[in-house]
Amino acid sequence: MSILVDKSTRVLVQGLTGREGTFHAKACAEYGTKIVGGVTPGKGGTTHEGWPIFNSVQEAVDKTGADASMIFVPPPFAADAIMEAADAEIELIVCITEGVPTLDMVRAWEFLQTRRSRLIGPNCPGIISPGKCKIGIMPGRIHREGPVGIVSRSGTLTYEAVYQLTTRNIGQSTAIGIGGDPIIGTNFLDALELFNKDAQTEVVVMIGEIGGNAEETAAEYVKSRMKKPVVGFIAGQTAPPGRRMGHAGAIISGGKGTAAEKIKAMEAAGIRVAKSPADIGETVVAAMGVKV
Amino acid sequence: MKIHEYQGKAILKKYGVAVPRGEMAETREQALAAAKALFDAGATGVVVKAQIHAGGRGKGGGVKIAKSVEEAAELAGKILGMTLVTHQTGPEGRVVRRLLIEETLPIEKELYLGIVIDRVEARPVFMASAAGGMEIEQVAATNPDAILKEYIQPGMGLEPFQARKLAFKLGLKPPQINDAVRFMTGLYRAFEETDASLCEINPFVSCSDGRLVALDAKFNFDDNALFRHPEIKELRDTSEEDPLEVEASKYSLNYIKLDGNVGCMVNGAGLAMATMDIIKYAGGMPANFLDVGGGANAEQVTHAFEILLSDKNVKAVLINIFGGILRVDTLATGIVEAATKTHIQLPMVLRLEGTNVEAGREILQQSGLNFIVAATMKDAAEKVVAAAKG
Repeated sequence: MSILVDKSTRVLVQGLTGREGTFHAKACAEYGTKIVGGVTPGKGGTTHEGWPIFNSVQEAVDKTGADASMIFVPPPFAADAIMEAADAEIELIVCITEGVPTLDMVRAWEFLQTRRSRLIGPNCPGIISPGKCKIGIMPGRIHREGPVGIVSRSGTLTYEAVYQLTTRNIGQSTAIGIGGDPIIGTNFLDALELFNKDAQTEVVVMIGEIGGNAEETAAEYVKSRMKKPVVGFIAGQTAPPGRRMGHAGAIISGGKGTAAEKIKAMEAAGIRVAKSPADIGETVVAAMGVKV
Repeated sequence: MKIHEYQGKAILKKYGVAVPRGEMAETREQALAAAKALFDAGATGVVVKAQIHAGGRGKGGGVKIAKSVEEAAELAGKILGMTLVTHQTGPEGRVVRRLLIEETLPIEKELYLGIVIDRVEARPVFMASAAGGMEIEQVAATNPDAILKEYIQPGMGLEPFQARKLAFKLGLKPPQINDAVRFMTGLYRAFEETDASLCEINPFVSCSDGRLVALDAKFNFDDNALFRHPEIKELRDTSEEDPLEVEASKYSLNYIKLDGNVGCMVNGAGLAMATMDIIKYAGGMPANFLDVGGGANAEQVTHAFEILLSDKNVKAVLINIFGGILRVDTLATGIVEAATKTHIQLPMVLRLEGTNVEAGREILQQSGLNFIVAATMKDAAEKVVAAAKG
């Protein structure tokens, strides 16, 4: 098992013909992901790197049977691309694009409530079930298949956590980067629910950061429903208030959304919080095999 | 992006939201002319308001009332050029370069209006409170029920019935309700059509003659949406920002200056924050937050380097890169170019992992430059803190 993506996932790339789209589609295919085609309006009927290109997501779904989409289109058009994918009933939409205007995401989020698709991102590294499928920009080679589920608001910090696990010979079931924006499709809570049900996942790592209260909401769930040990880390313990730390969603505003508050809520829920980012791997080792 | 009060009020005016009559002034002479025009038009007094991108201006002595043109000019002379220290400026304060000269109003009640994006509901929320003039965070902490909320249905705006509900709950009088609806719906349109991330009218005043006016205006804009608002982009006042941060923004680098002496360059916001945290755990203090982003090229890395090194407090540099989109060889090329160009003398600790890491390490080794290579984040933090201490 694993969550959301596996060997049978058929992936479409929206924005395949762009530079980043091409580079990462190739890397995903090399990893073993079934990339079935791309969508670039106006270039339908052509091929790119051997993949068929379609004018619309619907056409691509009809012709290829794609059930997932990876989005690389530029920020002004990303929310529209998300809605187009949802309208074509793509099950899993992974939006990598960084810099999508917040009010565009408000519209897309509302649209998604009326469709069946799940969105991951935007502004995220994507999702990987090691050894099975990679939809995103993470370096595949640092992962290995195993029992740890990872959910994180950060990209490179997730790679760091994965690397610490892999170098300790601990593999991952699925790693999801949910993205650093204020409005995202999949939150900690959604991912924890999925990992809770997944037979392969034995331990879950959640990597949060300052801003918002998604970590606190997730901690509530862990306290009442989670059947597996959870390890946590919160980035931004030294971040100054009122400043946006790179991610659009990473800001302490009005004294809310601090790392200290989040760590307190997580520890109160029984989550083992690593104080230093270098200790994530060791904290997982300590949590493995623990009965909850 | 932030703007000044006078700029915010100009936007409000366009949307039919009432603001006091007034004008921006950059010199004592301009202030005098503005005050004279207001008194000539029947104002009984004028307010001289310092324009800086921070709240708490009144308490800091940046907002004064004048009863005559001469007094207004004198106050303007005093406030222009002063360093205003408020709870939001930090101890170093901000130099006042612009003033807003405005008519005084017969204020009866001070209320609060604000619009932000609610992250949980994934939509804008329009807030109102009868506790105007106070900081809304304080109201939220001590008396959350005093904040009235109306959520905006995406694709629609603030509907008149919602505005009416708020207006009645705020205790406005029946003859004021239609005005309040126009005011609030106009305010929401201003928020949405400019892609604002925050808009606050504090205080929103009800005058003894029944008028409803925005006495203050605070706007923050979504940086990601500025591409479709060139007119808003032009309102940016870089003299209100840290010069190094302004420089960094030219190259789309996320840089925030901090007080420590360990410079750091990281890719990814989360890892950059975690790197700051681990520097502190190792006994040092980060000099900055710097995220070179996912798609940085050699030129950007060179600029990042130059910005990092222009901070004279920096005693050692930690470069922590985990390559995904940003390929490690690209970064290594940038580091070598930048280090050569800037003749860097400071100790540099490097920790690299990810896509094309072997090629990256090769480039660094062949450069002949003296880098300290670290294996893990912890190792890197310890080495750089030791190096910064000399």
